[in-house]
Amino acid sequence: MLQNSKEKIVIKDLNFFYNDFQALKNIDLKVPAEKITALIGPSGCGKSTFLRTLNRMNDLIDCTKVKGEVLIDGHNIYQKGLDVVELRKQIGMVFQDPNPFPKSIYDNVAYGPKAHGIKNKEVLDQIVEDSLKAAALWDEVKDRLDKSAMDISGGQQQRLCIARALAVNPDILLMDEPTSALDPIATAKIEELIKDLKEDYTIVIVTHSMQQAARVSDYTAFFLLGEVIEHGPTEKIFERPADERTEDYITGRFG
Amino acid sequence: MVRNNFDQELEDLKQDLLKMGSMVEEAIYKAVTSLKEQDVELAKEVMTEDDQIDECEIEIEKKCIRLIALQQPVARDLRTIGMISKIITDLERMGDYSFNIAKITITIADKPLIKPLIDIPKMTEITREMVKECLDAFVNLDIEKAEKVAKMDEKVDEFDDQILRELLTYMMEDPSTISQATCLIFASRYLERIADHTTNICERIIYMVTGERVSF
Repeated sequence: MLQNSKEKIVIKDLNFFYNDFQALKNIDLKVPAEKITALIGPSGCGKSTFLRTLNRMNDLIDCTKVKGEVLIDGHNIYQKGLDVVELRKQIGMVFQDPNPFPKSIYDNVAYGPKAHGIKNKEVLDQIVEDSLKAAALWDEVKDRLDKSAMDISGGQQQRLCIARALAVNPDILLMDEPTSALDPIATAKIEELIKDLKEDYTIVIVTHSMQQAARVSDYTAFFLLGEVIEHGPTEKIFERPADERTEDYITGRFG
Repeated sequence: MVRNNFDQELEDLKQDLLKMGSMVEEAIYKAVTSLKEQDVELAKEVMTEDDQIDECEIEIEKKCIRLIALQQPVARDLRTIGMISKIITDLERMGDYSFNIAKITITIADKPLIKPLIDIPKMTEITREMVKECLDAFVNLDIEKAEKVAKMDEKVDEFDDQILRELLTYMMEDPSTISQATCLIFASRYLERIADHTTNICERIIYMVTGERVSF
């Protein structure tokens, strides 16, 4: 089904445990490059846990265990000795609530590149401008880059967080319900932005809004009780899903 | 089941479509009977009742649009609502063809029939059977029946050819039959079109149930 596009991330027989609780069961999934893949499913189905296995965010939680492989560009990110900081540079992440640093707009975006050793002011200026433009925020903030990021609207803050993620030049963007705290107009702007970004980035988005998955994604994976029940082109999932459980969930007849 | 209201509305929508379907079925029967019996009153009835079929179409279409706007249906729900709004267009056209046949009854009522109608009523029986069975397939989500109904269309096409050939012979033998025979050829062709629309409905039922496109 996904043969036509290059695979950016290949997940092989992935299992994940919180202590004795198995949150992910035998996940096999191929995430195509430069496409948007949406993860949907009821609360507690494992979709956010799954998202966090893709940049090893779960490493930060005690008593967790991973089995299986996550290959990014063919390399297993769970192999021993892998530099997790390098890995997370390659993979940007945006969260549910906008979480800008209590710093200026400029410093929010320049933070990542600085941390990775870029000191040249001109280079930093260019990165900040490019990232803010890519996040469709530049025109709204270019005259007040030194203002606090806490003073702009929620939708702008979320786009700032996207700009911040883009500033370290990742090739994968993970988004965990990036619009759930935003109003419809800010949501529409973020959705447009996500679609523009897929030209250059592989995007995986967790969303509670099925309409959002239908609107923005190229592929959709339906999670239930830690398993991937169905994965395929979004239009197929929403027009003629193959599995009865997918049908029940997306038509709102679940449970 | 957590969408009881929506499910009820979908059920109502299906019932509305069935109602419209049986109105069309009756219109076909009455129109051809009026033709056979040269019953002008019955023909007028068909022509008046066509307005109700048209109203029915508009009502169902409105409900479909409203459900799409308010419920954002997907998967089978979406296919059902999408196909209902297509099927009613087929039904409305079938109603129009019945109207046209009724109009022919009135046009040729001034003279007795050049021959008793035999094949047209036979053809009508098959067409009506198709309409009835197709509505049955719709309500029972019966794709085998939908396929079977679509196959019956061949028989209707054969009748249409046969009727054309027969009436041509009449016209060649006696040019005074031309005006009436031409009208009867049209009536036969209208029935053939009705059967074709029924075949369309069968295709839509199969897509609605399976998500697969077929073409008969």
